[in-house]
Amino acid sequence: MIAEHVAFGIIAAVMVASALRVVTTRDIMHAALYLVIVLAGVAALFLLVGAEFTGITQVLIYIGAVIVLFLFGIMLTRSDFDQDTEPDHKRKFPAVLTALLLLAVMIGALVDRFEGIKLDANLPDGLTPQTTAQVSDELFSQYIVPFEAVSVLLLAALIGAIVIARREEGG
Amino acid sequence: MLLNEMLFLGAVLFCIGVYGVLARRNGVLVLMSIELILNAVNINLIAFGAFHDTVMGQIFALFVITVAAAEVGIGLAIVLLLYRNRRSIDLDQVDLMKG
Repeated sequence: MIAEHVAFGIIAAVMVASALRVVTTRDIMHAALYLVIVLAGVAALFLLVGAEFTGITQVLIYIGAVIVLFLFGIMLTRSDFDQDTEPDHKRKFPAVLTALLLLAVMIGALVDRFEGIKLDANLPDGLTPQTTAQVSDELFSQYIVPFEAVSVLLLAALIGAIVIARREEGG
Repeated sequence: MLLNEMLFLGAVLFCIGVYGVLARRNGVLVLMSIELILNAVNINLIAFGAFHDTVMGQIFALFVITVAAAEVGIGLAIVLLLYRNRRSIDLDQVDLMKG
């Protein structure tokens, strides 16, 4: 129990610090690398609460594929602008204000509704891992239609990305 | 572990992402901030899935991850096209449709 708390605290602190660096750092390459830490923290959190399959998928898809895509994007669009990616000063204050107000509203609602409820309150024998077999059973029976729809979406996005990013002939 | 600890972390990450989308001018960084927001949502889904002892949270999180991957692909293609046409990915300069 205590170990769970300590692990969560460490992961959460590292994640929040890295996330803040992602949105404030001047060097966009550093932002991508800090994003890796945040995504790894999310994966660790998933494993901590027993969502094994999603945790592994998080590592494979996000850290494996999405970050590489981001790095390619950064390298292909390098320009003088990268040296000055400081947030626009005239927009910094409204943005901070919006984020803080949003945070206050959400924290207020969460405290109001879920104060003091334990994560394993509904579970008689504590947090148990949800196995990959359970996930696949559910995914390929009840959620088969959304699953197929998402496959088509991925295919469409793939073709769309190629069509958008392709160089015009002779151009 | 309290349910609220997970939800607070999700809320904080979400707000950091919102700040990034609003304040940054670099197109790629805005996409990264959107990833932060989507991950915050995933944390909430997983937390409630564990709380209610159902795999539905995991399944929805998987769908969100898939859609996020598609979104990054398209988004980066658009940013790339922007760079090719304008030699810059400063979103403030994308004002062609401004009235």
